[in-house]
Amino acid sequence: MRTLQASPMPSTTPLPLARLSPDELDELARELDAIHEEIVADLGERDRRYITTLVKRHRQLVVLARLVLLASNRRPAWVAGTSLLSVAKILENMEIGHNVMHGQWDWMKDPQINSFVWDWDSASTPGAWKYAHNYVHHTYTNILGKDRDLGYAVMRVDAQQPWHAVYLLQPFYSVVLAAFFEWAVAVHDLDVGAIRRGEKPKTAAWQEVKGMAGKARRQIVKDYLAFPALSGRRGFKNTLKANATANVVRNLWAYMIIFCGHFPDQTYTFTQEEVADESRGAFYVRQLLGSANIDGSGLFHVMSGNLGYQVEHHLFPDMPSTRYAEIAPRVKELCARYGLPYNTGPLLKQFGAVQRTIVRLAFPGGT
Amino acid sequence: MPDTVPRDDGAGSRHEAGAQPRVPPWRRRLLRSVSAFCTPLVPDDYVELVNPLWSTRELRGRIERIVPETADAATVLIRPGWDWPGHQPGQFLRIGIVVDGIHHWRAYSLTSEPGRADGCIAITPKAAEGGTVSPYLVRSARRGVIVRLGAAQGDFVLPHRLPDRLLFVSAGSGITPIISMLRFLRERDALTGVVLLHSDRTPQDVIFGPELRELSARHPGFELHEQYTAGRGRLSPQSLEHLCPDWREREAFLSGPSAMLATMSGHWAKAGNRNRLHWERFQPGTGLPEAPLGEGGTIYFRDSRVAARSDGTTPILVAGEQAGARLPYGCRMGICHTCVGRLCSGRVRNLRTGAITGPHGELVRTCIHAPEGDVEIAL
Repeated sequence: MRTLQASPMPSTTPLPLARLSPDELDELARELDAIHEEIVADLGERDRRYITTLVKRHRQLVVLARLVLLASNRRPAWVAGTSLLSVAKILENMEIGHNVMHGQWDWMKDPQINSFVWDWDSASTPGAWKYAHNYVHHTYTNILGKDRDLGYAVMRVDAQQPWHAVYLLQPFYSVVLAAFFEWAVAVHDLDVGAIRRGEKPKTAAWQEVKGMAGKARRQIVKDYLAFPALSGRRGFKNTLKANATANVVRNLWAYMIIFCGHFPDQTYTFTQEEVADESRGAFYVRQLLGSANIDGSGLFHVMSGNLGYQVEHHLFPDMPSTRYAEIAPRVKELCARYGLPYNTGPLLKQFGAVQRTIVRLAFPGGT
Repeated sequence: MPDTVPRDDGAGSRHEAGAQPRVPPWRRRLLRSVSAFCTPLVPDDYVELVNPLWSTRELRGRIERIVPETADAATVLIRPGWDWPGHQPGQFLRIGIVVDGIHHWRAYSLTSEPGRADGCIAITPKAAEGGTVSPYLVRSARRGVIVRLGAAQGDFVLPHRLPDRLLFVSAGSGITPIISMLRFLRERDALTGVVLLHSDRTPQDVIFGPELRELSARHPGFELHEQYTAGRGRLSPQSLEHLCPDWREREAFLSGPSAMLATMSGHWAKAGNRNRLHWERFQPGTGLPEAPLGEGGTIYFRDSRVAARSDGTTPILVAGEQAGARLPYGCRMGICHTCVGRLCSGRVRNLRTGAITGPHGELVRTCIHAPEGDVEIAL
């Protein structure tokens, strides 16, 4: 990750934000707004069919996986059921849950598929997650001290974050974080720090804790009690392991995709002074500079909730994810015209860069 | 369609949905008992995979048949997923229909008489020029389409004790609530002492024209006058004197566009007995009230019980905060959907695009919308 002040090669990489004039920023904002409006005006039956079909397929996949796992004490059934359930959980969290709760499908005015009522198969309650993610993260993306997703308050992913001895352990606990990602996100969304500092009213904080506890109980009962019990006494343990495996697989995948979104070397972070009184154009530029895409096939993009189009997602968080691929060439072309980077790379390269950063920044210093 | 759009479906629902169906209690208990397996979804989510009509959270229906009535009107027969709870002739139905990916709620008069043998209900929309839902229903919808059904509503109904003499005055699609009253009266052998004055452009434009003419031929107690406005102009209140000299003594039902209602009800107020007058407004188009453009309006925050004013450029959120309401907020630029509230009535303008939208299930981002006229919002 790079910061504007500590850009590695200031002579060859001039600061993109500083180089654009206010007029150019306004023009850029107009162009991006126009893309957004054009897509929004074009949304229709084709888009609706995509999301309703996907929602249906997910539920069918869940039914199939759970049925197969009834016979989880047979090895092939265990493997098949666990794989199906992992795929279902990944689809549900990423392409469906994340995007529906962003309000990407609110334009359909569907009584069920909308950001108001949607709940997902993850530990976080929708209310807390939407606040932490849609508002805090997407508004203050990559602003040091404001974007709580920058290292999730427990990791040093940017050289500007002050070093602390505990970070020496981050290469190890990042693995634990990855495996239990959904629970880490849930605790993160609660923002215990804010509660302790008294920034949240006591009653609101209590409501949130109660909500999280209820959600956690239902999630745990479902995967670690109810379904295992359905498999009978002999199948109980195997089904429990299958469900746990599916949850961990989903967590690892989500962690990989999400960490590649903002922490590869190509992305920038910003200080609060830099973004004071930011114009709409500058907001867009910050999103462009702070996000990185992942190259991949159509199937990869569906399985990653189209977060391989992190750049497009951060420009237009409430645009249906299916449209990101469509606008990507235009965004890329626009970046070239304005001399802005369009960050992208294959998954393993991006993830490798992230892991390198995590190891390097475990120690003091770094760029 | 009547523009008396219901305010809310109650029970804290922030999104307009269908009515609560009448489901056997054992079935609800059974579904509840497996909910631990479905969380965070509900058992209905899986039941609906098999058949969307089996949903117990809202009443749905399936379009069974579409029968053309005139060049631009058709009767849509709908089979409800659960037993239809019944309605009174003259009442209207809220119906949720997907057109080009977007869910729309509309209200149409029920044209079916209560308790049809086949269990179906019917509405008869007339394709409104520039409309969305009515042209779809009349021209594009097909058998098998699933719709959401609200409960029957409205007090444009016959009195419990049927009056001796009735007068119906209708125009255009205003005939739709009246036809179900007429059918109801026919079923009860009570089609006597009834006068219907109906206005339409031409004889071919009259929805249920052949049926009305046959009714009047068979029932001497049912007098029909058709006024063809293409040739003879509109029905004037004065013509009541010779078309139905005893109009003052009759229980009267008016049903038609606003202009007709205004003229006629004014006449009743001046020269007749207003207590005997019932009316239902039919407004072609989107069914949205007219509002001055870009001049803002008053915002009523229903849950906060705060009223605020916007000049048309101040977002609803800011106006509300200035008036002291504690409202949810987020990015303040329209991207994060933290500030959304459901619009109960009125229209809003999107300050980014200028687009104006109405209250049918609309979730409004208060940070980038301003009121167009007076609005009420569930926040």
